Amino acid sequence: MKFASEFRDPLAARALLAEIARVADALGATRAKPVHIMEICGGHTHAIFRYGLDKLVHEGIEFIHGPGCPVCVLPMTRVDECIEIAEQPGVIFTTFGDAMRVPGSRGNLLQAKARGADIRMVYSPLDALELARRNPDRHVVFFGLGFETTTPSTALAIQQAAREGLPNFSVFCNHITVPEPIRALLQDPDMRLDGFVGPGHVSMVIGIHPYDFIPEEFGKPIVVAGFEPLDLLQSVLMVLRQIAEGRAEVENQYARVVPEHGNPVSLAAMADVYERRPSFEWRGLGEIDASGLRIRAAYSNYDAECRFTVGYGAPQRSVVEPEGCACGAVMTGRIKPTACPHYGTLCKPETPLGALMVSSEGACAAYWQYGGARALAS
Amino acid sequence: MCLGIPGQIVAITDPDRMMAMADVSGVRRQVNVACVIGASIDDLVGKWALIHVGFAMAVIDEDEAAKTLEALRELGEAQETLAAMAEGERALEVQP
Repeated sequence: MKFASEFRDPLAARALLAEIARVADALGATRAKPVHIMEICGGHTHAIFRYGLDKLVHEGIEFIHGPGCPVCVLPMTRVDECIEIAEQPGVIFTTFGDAMRVPGSRGNLLQAKARGADIRMVYSPLDALELARRNPDRHVVFFGLGFETTTPSTALAIQQAAREGLPNFSVFCNHITVPEPIRALLQDPDMRLDGFVGPGHVSMVIGIHPYDFIPEEFGKPIVVAGFEPLDLLQSVLMVLRQIAEGRAEVENQYARVVPEHGNPVSLAAMADVYERRPSFEWRGLGEIDASGLRIRAAYSNYDAECRFTVGYGAPQRSVVEPEGCACGAVMTGRIKPTACPHYGTLCKPETPLGALMVSSEGACAAYWQYGGARALAS
Repeated sequence: MCLGIPGQIVAITDPDRMMAMADVSGVRRQVNVACVIGASIDDLVGKWALIHVGFAMAVIDEDEAAKTLEALRELGEAQETLAAMAEGERALEVQP
């Protein structure tokens, strides 16, 4: 595939791995005293495991898997609310497939569908809009989930619904943002990170400057990266070189897709439709200031929170996360998935207990799919 | 979730709704191109775009892609030279 296969060349990978090893040696990085690099994005976590990059790089490089999987950080309460909305008479509840198996306190969306709720997986919010047009006697709710990559698509869908005057479409908005949890992680005194591989597709929307605080306030390098193996290896090398040269900057390895200032149309649509919530709850990380978005009052007709009196603004219910679930510690890089007491026993991809085992971008699912199960067995 | 896939815009299908047909690895699908329209929507035909959940989110900059690949190639060549130099050093060491 164009713009993909060229970035998988094994010869170029070998050259990158050799240069990474040279710089890592010069830094004195070893298995016992590694350089900690966090890949923020779940897509990067998946690619690292898929191509075995964690095994291929110099042993003095340790990847810490960041919180950039929106399905993984979704609290159980939100899943319960999805089911509550989906069970209302006349509702067609639409969602990306990723969210179907996230456990809530009353099971997941797949089980709710089996019990009779009209829950449909869609590829795009545009599919949900089309369903609303074709089913004027039903109300179609779209589960708005994801980081800044996905947020413009639901903003544009809401704007389109408003233009058409569609009365039977709304979005259950649980969009979240990347820079705020990174700040929270950097402020954690236990956190030991030396640099970041930044999220490529989020940055395609927001540009590279929202990360300026990472070098400026915390003195850490960040390199915005593409998703092919060579993109990731080159980005790791760029992070290492910054460390070796005593620099801390925001660099852009993925310039073929990421413009410095992001995408103006996407940013304008997001600003028009959404505003920041004072804070938002992240599974495993707790409340993070200004890290979630809600629909502005001007678009309240399209806001499922208003229509169904659920969601983050509604009175909170306490939902207990599964006992002993270590998703939070894994997500902040404190432990590896295999150190969780439930990994591979109570918690497997077929019967996930924690969210990190649900999404293919979750660190635990990636460990399991690409060798973690074997590691556990041996 | 943030996965994007390169696809080529092959036709504009509904200019009012800013919809186009994209070819993604041989599969055709309507995508919204609101985020990537420059001077004229018709200019998009033939361009490669990064597609995410039915929206073209960025036109892929072919020059930047070429630059990245060039940097990787240069690194490969430098690596070969360095390897040859190391090989040369070893050859010298074992000379009687």
